Amino acid sequence: MYDVVVIGAGVIGTAVARELMKFDIKVMVLERENDVACGTTKANSAIVHAGYDAPYGTLKGKFNAWGNRIFGEVCETLNVPFKRIGSLVCAFSEEDLATLEALKHNGELLGISNLEIVDQLSLRAMEPNVSDDAVAALYAPTAGITEPWELAIAYMENAMDNGAELKLNFEVKTIEKKCDHYIISDGNTLVEAKYVVNAAGVYADQIYHMVCDVPEFTITPRRGQYFLLDKSAKDHVRRIIFPCPSNKGKGTLVLPTVNGNILIGPDSEDLEISQKEATETTLERLNLVKQLANHLIKDIPFSENITTFSGLRAEPSTDDFIIGFSQVDGFYNIAGMKSPGLSSAPAIGIYVADEISGVLNAARRTRFEPKRSIRIQFEHLNDLQKKALIERNPAYGRVICRCEMITEGEILDAIHRNCGGTTLNGIKRRVRPGAGRCQGGFCGPRVVEILARELGCAMESVCQEGQSSYILVGKTKSL
Amino acid sequence: MNYDIVIIGGGPAGLASAIEAHKKGVENILIIERDRELGGILQQCIHNGFGLHIFREELTGPEYAERFIEVVETTGIEYKLNTMVLEIDTDKRIKAMNETDGFMIIHAKAIILAMGCRERTRGALAIPGTRPAGIFSAGTAQRYLNIEGYMVGKRVVILGSGDIGLIMARRLTLEGAQVLAVAEVMPYSGGLTRNIVQCLNDFDIPLLLSHTVTAIKGRDRVSSVVISKVDAHMKPVVGTEVEYSCDALLLSVGLIPENELSRQARIEIDPRTRGPIVNDAMETTIQGIFACGNVVHVHDLVDFVTAESIRAGTSAAKCVIESHKNISATHEKVIESHKKKMNSIHICSKAGIAYVVPQSICHENLEDQFSLFLRVKAVYHNAQIVVKADGVTIKAFKKNHLTPGEMENLILEKSLLNETIKSLTVEVIQAEV
Repeated sequence: MYDVVVIGAGVIGTAVARELMKFDIKVMVLERENDVACGTTKANSAIVHAGYDAPYGTLKGKFNAWGNRIFGEVCETLNVPFKRIGSLVCAFSEEDLATLEALKHNGELLGISNLEIVDQLSLRAMEPNVSDDAVAALYAPTAGITEPWELAIAYMENAMDNGAELKLNFEVKTIEKKCDHYIISDGNTLVEAKYVVNAAGVYADQIYHMVCDVPEFTITPRRGQYFLLDKSAKDHVRRIIFPCPSNKGKGTLVLPTVNGNILIGPDSEDLEISQKEATETTLERLNLVKQLANHLIKDIPFSENITTFSGLRAEPSTDDFIIGFSQVDGFYNIAGMKSPGLSSAPAIGIYVADEISGVLNAARRTRFEPKRSIRIQFEHLNDLQKKALIERNPAYGRVICRCEMITEGEILDAIHRNCGGTTLNGIKRRVRPGAGRCQGGFCGPRVVEILARELGCAMESVCQEGQSSYILVGKTKSL
Repeated sequence: MNYDIVIIGGGPAGLASAIEAHKKGVENILIIERDRELGGILQQCIHNGFGLHIFREELTGPEYAERFIEVVETTGIEYKLNTMVLEIDTDKRIKAMNETDGFMIIHAKAIILAMGCRERTRGALAIPGTRPAGIFSAGTAQRYLNIEGYMVGKRVVILGSGDIGLIMARRLTLEGAQVLAVAEVMPYSGGLTRNIVQCLNDFDIPLLLSHTVTAIKGRDRVSSVVISKVDAHMKPVVGTEVEYSCDALLLSVGLIPENELSRQARIEIDPRTRGPIVNDAMETTIQGIFACGNVVHVHDLVDFVTAESIRAGTSAAKCVIESHKNISATHEKVIESHKKKMNSIHICSKAGIAYVVPQSICHENLEDQFSLFLRVKAVYHNAQIVVKADGVTIKAFKKNHLTPGEMENLILEKSLLNETIKSLTVEVIQAEV
C-alpha cells in the first residue's frame, strides 16, 4: 500500500512526487507512456513567465509569481538549465498600449515589481529584429527559459533517488474507492494507495470521472504548433518576444531556447474534447504560425527550420488552475495546467506536498537528498577539463552526435541513472543526440546500437518513443 | 602534435587529397576520420557505377574506397579513426579527440577540409503530420541496411528523387520490401538519369513528378502518408490527395555541405553552394586551409570529387613545400600573396547558372587546362553554356540536355585568357523548356 499514487509523470506530477519525498511518505508515480514528460511537458514554449499576465486573485497568478521566484534555485539544485533572459510584450496600437499598462498594474499587484514599459527606441536597441510597427513593450526582466522535459526528468530522478517509485506504460483504466484507500488498475496490475493525486494533463477530467460521477470540470485540448530553428539563427532574438495577449492566450511568440535555437509558436486551436491525442501538425496552422510570427519579428530565417511539432494545452472549463482535494475524499486534483503551468510547477509541487503531508500527518524525511547527482555536459567543459575527463573515462572521448557534440559517456550516464532513458527520443530528451540540425541522421543508428547493448536487447527491439514505435523491422534477407 | 598537412575527413575527398599531397613530396600527413573506418559514405554505397571516369571501370563504393585506402596504407600516411575535430582556427591549430589519444591539440602547416555533407531532414521541409518512428533520411536507411544489416520498412514511400533515394528504392525492392512510389516536388528528377532508369523504371516503381508528401500519419509507427500534386508554385493542390498505407517514409530531399567547422574558423561561405569560397587551387579565404569534395559543393559523381581533391592535395603540398623553402617569408607577405590569389579573376554565375566552383581563379597558378564545375537552375534542351571574359565570349559548350540534378564540368584552356582579365561569367543561352 502506497501513501500516495500520482497519476501522470509530466512536470506537475513529477514535481509533486519529488516534493512529497521530503516527507516520510511512500510514493508511486504511474505513467501511461513509455517515458516521463511525454505529454504537454515535451511540447510547449519552455517559458518561465514573469507572472504579470494571470489575473491577481487567481491560482494562476499566485502560483506563477511564486514559481518564478524559486525557479532558479530549483533548477540549480536539480541541474536543469534555466536562463532569466527577460521578456517583452510588444504593443502595436493605442489599444495595445493600454494592455501593457494593465499588465504592468496586474503584475505589481502580484508583487512583480521590476516591470518597465520601454519606448520604441529602447525596444529597437534591445531587440533589433522586432517589427518596425511595434511602438512600445512591457519589459519583464525576471522571465526565463528552461527545458521542461529535463525538469520533469530531474524531478522524477531525484524523487527516485529518495525512494519514490515509477511505473511506466501503466495506463489507468479503473480507480476503485474503498473506505480508506484506492485500488488503481491498468487492467493487469493493481496498485493500492491512501491518496490519489490526479496530474493527468489533458486526461485529468477522464481520470477524475473514474471516481466522481459528476465532475465539476472538463479539459479541452488546445493545440499549439511550433517551428524550431537551427542554432545558426541564434541571436535573432535575445529575449522572449510576445504580442499582446488575447482571450486565446499569450499569442504566437518568438524566443531563444536554452540550447541556442530559436522557437516560434504556438497558435491556439481548440480541439474536440475527445481529441486528446491529436498532436499532429497541419500545413494550414503552421502557415498561420509563420504569418503571426512574421508580424512580430522581421526576417525570421524559416529556411533554418530543423523541426516542427505541436503540443496540447489542458484548457479547463473553469479557466483557472484546479488545485486541491476534490469532493471525493482522498482524491486530489491538479488539473487545467495550461500556461503558466510550467512556470508554476515548482510552487505547485511544494504546495501540494504540504497539503498532503498535512493530512497524512507525515514527518519530514531525515535523509532527503535535494541535489541531483552531477551530470557532465562535455561541450560545456574547458579544454583541460575535457582532457582530464577522457583520461578518467574514455567513453567521453567518443563523440556520438556531431551536431550537438554529445559523447558516449553522456549517453551511458543518461541510460543508467534513475528514471533513465530507454528509447531514442528518451535519450534525445536527456542528452540531446539527434536534437540538432541533422535530426539524428548520423547518430540515430549509433544511439540505437548503444541502447541495444546497454539494455541487453536486440536492435529491432529499440523504440523511438512508445512501446510499438520500433525503428527497425527485422534483419536484411528476412522479408 | 605537429603535421605538415592535416586532412579532416577520411572519405573519398580526404583520401585522394592525402595521396596526392604525399605524391607531391609531403610525408608528414594526418587524416582525421570520425567514423570507425576510412572511406566515408562510399562504404555504405554497395551498388556499382563508381569509377567510370577515373578508373574506366565500374566499381562498387567500397571497392572504389579500397583503391585509395590501400595506397594510404602503403605510403604510411597516418590516420586516426573514431576521432572528432572540435575546432580549427586561423593559425591552423586543430582541437580533436578520441578514446585512445584523449584530447589533442594538433598544429598543421596546411589543412584540407573534407568533411562531406549531410542530408536535409523532414524538419527542413516542415512536412506536417505526426512524428512516429519509420521516417528516415535515405542515407540513414542505407546505413541501417548496408552496414548494420537491418530493414527499415516493408511498405515504403520515398520523398525526393535524389540519387540516394533512387538507389534505396532499388535496394529495398531487392530486399523484399515494396516501394510504393517516389514523389518529387519538382517537375524533373533531382537524380541522375541513369539512376531513374536502373532503379525505378526497371522495377516498375512510379516516379510522381510535381508531387509531395502533405501529411504523415501514425502514432507510434508510420501507418500512412498522404501525397498531393503541387502547382507551378510548388503549393499542394487541394483535392489531389492520395493516401498510401505504408510503414516507412524515406527522404531524399537534398544534401547540405557540412561546414560547421569552416564557419567557426570564419572561412567565407558561398550562400549558393553552402560551401567555402575557393580558388582554382581549392584554397579557402583563409591562407593554408584548402577544401574539396562535398564540403565545397555537392557532387553527383565521386570521380569528380576525386579530381577536385587531387587539385586540393597538390595545392596543399605546394603551400607546405613553399613554406619550407621560404622560411624567411613574413606572415604578412604570405597573407598578401594569398589575398592576391583569391581576388585575381572572379567567376560570376549569370543567367540560368545556380553556381560555379571555383569562385575565382588566378592566372599565374593555372595549368594549361582547368575545370569549372557548375549546376544549372532549370532543365534546358539544345542549349549552350557560354563563358565570357570581361564580357567577351571565349568559349561556348553545346549541351543537348541540362538539368539541375547533373553537375556540369567545363574544361577551359589557359590560353583563352589573357593576364589582364578581371572576371569570367558563365551563362546558359536558350529558352527554358
